[in-house]
Amino acid sequence: MSTTRTVRLKILRQDSPSKPQTKRWEEFEVPWLPQMNVISALMEIQRSPKTTDGKTVAPVVWESSCLEEVCGACTMIVNGRVRQACTAFVDRLGGGETITLEPMTKFPLVRDLVVDRSRMFDDLKQVKAWIDLDGSHELGPGPRQSPANQEEAYPLSRCMTCGCCLEACPQVHESSPFVGPAAINQVRLFNLHPSGKMHATERLESLMGEGGVADCGKAQNCVEVCPKEIPLVDSIAQVSRQVTKHMLFGWLLK
Amino acid sequence: MKTSDKNESRVARRVIVVGGGLAGLTTVMKLCEAGVPVDLFSLVPVKRSHSVCAQGGINASVNTKGEGDSPRIHLEETVYGGDFLANQPPVKGMADAAPGIVFMLDRMGVPFNRTPEGLLDFRRFGGTLFHRTAFAGATTGQQLLYALDEQVRRWETVDVEDSKGAALRGEKMVRKLEHWDFLGIVQDDAGRCVGIVAQDMKTMAIEAFRGDAVCLATGGPGIVFGRSTNSVINTGTAAAAAYRQGALYANGELIQVHPTAIPGADKLRLISESARGEGGRVWVPKDPKDKRKGREIPERERDYFLEAKYPGYGNLVPRDIASRELFAKCFHDKRGVYNPKTEKNENEVYLDLTRIPKETLRKKLAGILEIYEKFVGEDPYENPMRVFPAVHYSMGGLWVDFEKSADGGLVRGSPRNQATNIDGLYAAGEVDYQYHGANRLGANSLLSCIYAGLEAGPAIAAYRKGLAASAHDVPQSVFDKAEKREAERYQKILAMDGDENPYALHKELGEVMLRDCTIERDNAVLGKVIETIGELEDRAKNVGVPDTGDHANHGAQFVRHLSNMLVLARVIAEGALARDESRGAHYKPAFKQRDDERWLRTTLALYERGEGARSSVKFVRQLDATIAGKSVTITDAVDTTLVTPRARKYETAGAASAAATGASSADKQPST
Ligand SMILES: Cc1cc2nc3c(=O)[nH]c(=O)nc-3n(C[C@H](O)[C@H](O)[C@H](O)COP(=O)(O)OP(=O)(O)OC[C@H]3O[C@@H](n4cnc5c(N)ncnc54)[C@H](O)[C@@H]3O)c2cc1C
Repeated sequence: MSTTRTVRLKILRQDSPSKPQTKRWEEFEVPWLPQMNVISALMEIQRSPKTTDGKTVAPVVWESSCLEEVCGACTMIVNGRVRQACTAFVDRLGGGETITLEPMTKFPLVRDLVVDRSRMFDDLKQVKAWIDLDGSHELGPGPRQSPANQEEAYPLSRCMTCGCCLEACPQVHESSPFVGPAAINQVRLFNLHPSGKMHATERLESLMGEGGVADCGKAQNCVEVCPKEIPLVDSIAQVSRQVTKHMLFGWLLK
Repeated sequence: MKTSDKNESRVARRVIVVGGGLAGLTTVMKLCEAGVPVDLFSLVPVKRSHSVCAQGGINASVNTKGEGDSPRIHLEETVYGGDFLANQPPVKGMADAAPGIVFMLDRMGVPFNRTPEGLLDFRRFGGTLFHRTAFAGATTGQQLLYALDEQVRRWETVDVEDSKGAALRGEKMVRKLEHWDFLGIVQDDAGRCVGIVAQDMKTMAIEAFRGDAVCLATGGPGIVFGRSTNSVINTGTAAAAAYRQGALYANGELIQVHPTAIPGADKLRLISESARGEGGRVWVPKDPKDKRKGREIPERERDYFLEAKYPGYGNLVPRDIASRELFAKCFHDKRGVYNPKTEKNENEVYLDLTRIPKETLRKKLAGILEIYEKFVGEDPYENPMRVFPAVHYSMGGLWVDFEKSADGGLVRGSPRNQATNIDGLYAAGEVDYQYHGANRLGANSLLSCIYAGLEAGPAIAAYRKGLAASAHDVPQSVFDKAEKREAERYQKILAMDGDENPYALHKELGEVMLRDCTIERDNAVLGKVIETIGELEDRAKNVGVPDTGDHANHGAQFVRHLSNMLVLARVIAEGALARDESRGAHYKPAFKQRDDERWLRTTLALYERGEGARSSVKFVRQLDATIAGKSVTITDAVDTTLVTPRARKYETAGAASAAATGASSADKQPST
């Protein structure tokens, strides 16, 4: 019991997007802590940034904020699987083995474990993921909604824009314009809302062309990796049906 | 969108909002509606702001449960809960506006829980007997943040127009600058705030921006305490930077410790008060050496100590009281949950939801139970949770002004509302000190953040309208100078080659602040805390910058944040030392009473340079300032014109609302 337990990490690093020559693996060993997650391990590296071969290096750079899996910031690839680092517990990652950390691959790299996910926020503009409010002045209560409607909407609205679903989707890659599951799910969410419905067609039309919902290859990886267990496959199927209906009959209703 | 001013130069004349949590986003939305284009800066994509963490809900006296709740009662309970330290007109403004705010959020599509009739559902929270808290499962903050984020995103797609209605090419009403770190404000020769300097945290470029006004909506400083319930970005760095440039910091010592969180090496994760609002009960085993698992201990062998001591409000006493009781149980009485493995009474008490139907828990609290399950690895539906207090919220913050209306609330659209003592600089949200006095009631913060934004937006629009000269006409040299100042500072950081590690220093700071400057405070100990802060300031001058990279250099950024955290730590500790009384979250066993005669006043702190590398705090009782172009004398007096201060007691049901409900109560006597 005298030897202190440690945790080994192997991390894929790169100093900046313009320096591909700096791409490298580095290994670290940090003291083990009870209930330790990958974030605490990275914090230990910050306090003593030395690789296992004794070299002092710049601390590893990663993105994080809430540390309770609700902001989506600390998404990365842990032991080959895309997830949030805050809920990746060292003891539940196959004890004793070295933990590998890599940045997500479907987004432009910023540095080390940080990538640029701004396209996901831009996609939300494209699909008009909002309610068209007349204004924020007082207009009384919103429309009444059944508890059942709330119970359908709430799980959909827990999407943290973390990017797991895009990372796992085979249809999302450098040469594909596919918008991906997250934004499609938002269309379902807003088209479900009593006032959101009024602009349903605009959202559907934004998903009709190239890169739209029809590009889904039905691999169903998205639901597998979604940390919030959002029924993404259902959402895609529903929106896909709405789009088809709109394409077939939409002009009749105009 | 037609802007309310001329944009002859074909460049939008913007104002600046720093921070995209609830307060910042609301401010931006209001500004856009008033036709004012905005630059919105944020450390993280705004959708990842700390507001996303809020769990339990947002207060509004909508009174849908036939309980006779009203904004008047909400006002009184907020003031009483804050131990009478809050100026009452802003609290009245907030309580009156609350139902409208919740309705607005509802219209934006927030999936609030519903009653069978399809109305908004409300639950109970601390410091009140009324069902006043609207909620979206147990991730209310996330849902509110997303709704406001969506509205602001919509404004990102709207063109700025000149006075003739022609679109300014390439200019949208909102321009977001995410992953930027605010470094400081830019002041013209008269001291007016005309912009900011910020750093792009990808390219590390430092740049000055013009803004006719600047609003800081940068949230709280929880990370000064090392680990807290806060997001890791909550270092308070922006507030500290403004304070260093002359902004008044008020009531810094008033830090809320939340009674129920789960300890962790990286963060103390909150288990929301809504757990108790839905019927959760706090207890410890009667036998301090009880080896059984919580769920195996029978009812009669449990000590429900909050219910026993406070029959009126029970598990829903305000947070300061609950935290003190939990702390005393564990630290003084050594009656925390016994751990047979360590053979110790741990610093933990039970928070028990196991008697509540699982279906109810799933619909109303799943979000927090999921956190417990993930981070503790135990099923809270079956086992009482083990929790302990954690630093949670800052009642103190940047001092802001208000203009009182005839009915005792605020004049909507007055340029004085939410204005700091630096002309043109506004503050809104947790970063301001305005709404909660000495203790915040649960679910009042989401409300105060949004309300502050609703006031700040129109206030800034009015301020801008009244400007004799736009910041966009100030000579470029003013901005160049500010940019150069910050660039040099950053170069100095990059050149630091001492032997201290900034992250290790931060850990030391956090340990001291957490241990000695939270639930119980003692003057001799605080003296030592302040000495330690001084030593850490000295040592911080001797750090080795951990990273010299020219891209996404978080290490150098942290050196800057650390120095700002030390400055705020001093404001907190010195404020605590000075305030010789007990009031709300501020508790000194040596001064157990509230002392209205000497301390019913706002702590006002001004930054001064100390010896060597150290900072120093100057406490003032009044200060002259220019606000919206007018001379104003700021004082530390508290406006208590709406609810007369009286002793604060939660033993009797209804004590907190006695004046508004007319309930006869023995505690209507003024204190001391
Ligand atoms: C776990 C938890 C649960 C909570 N639950 C509730 C609840 O149920 N009900 C309730 O009423 N309150 C709750 N609160 C409190 C409430 O969430 C916060 O007080 C509130 O969200 C603060 O909002 P804000 O807009 O002031 O700041 P924040 O949401 O913290 O946003 C600050 C913004 O400023 C930006 N920023 C900060 N510094 C800089 C800088 N230097 N440069 C650029 N940008 C910067 C950030 O990027 C961010 O966008 C809870 C708090 C916690 C910690």
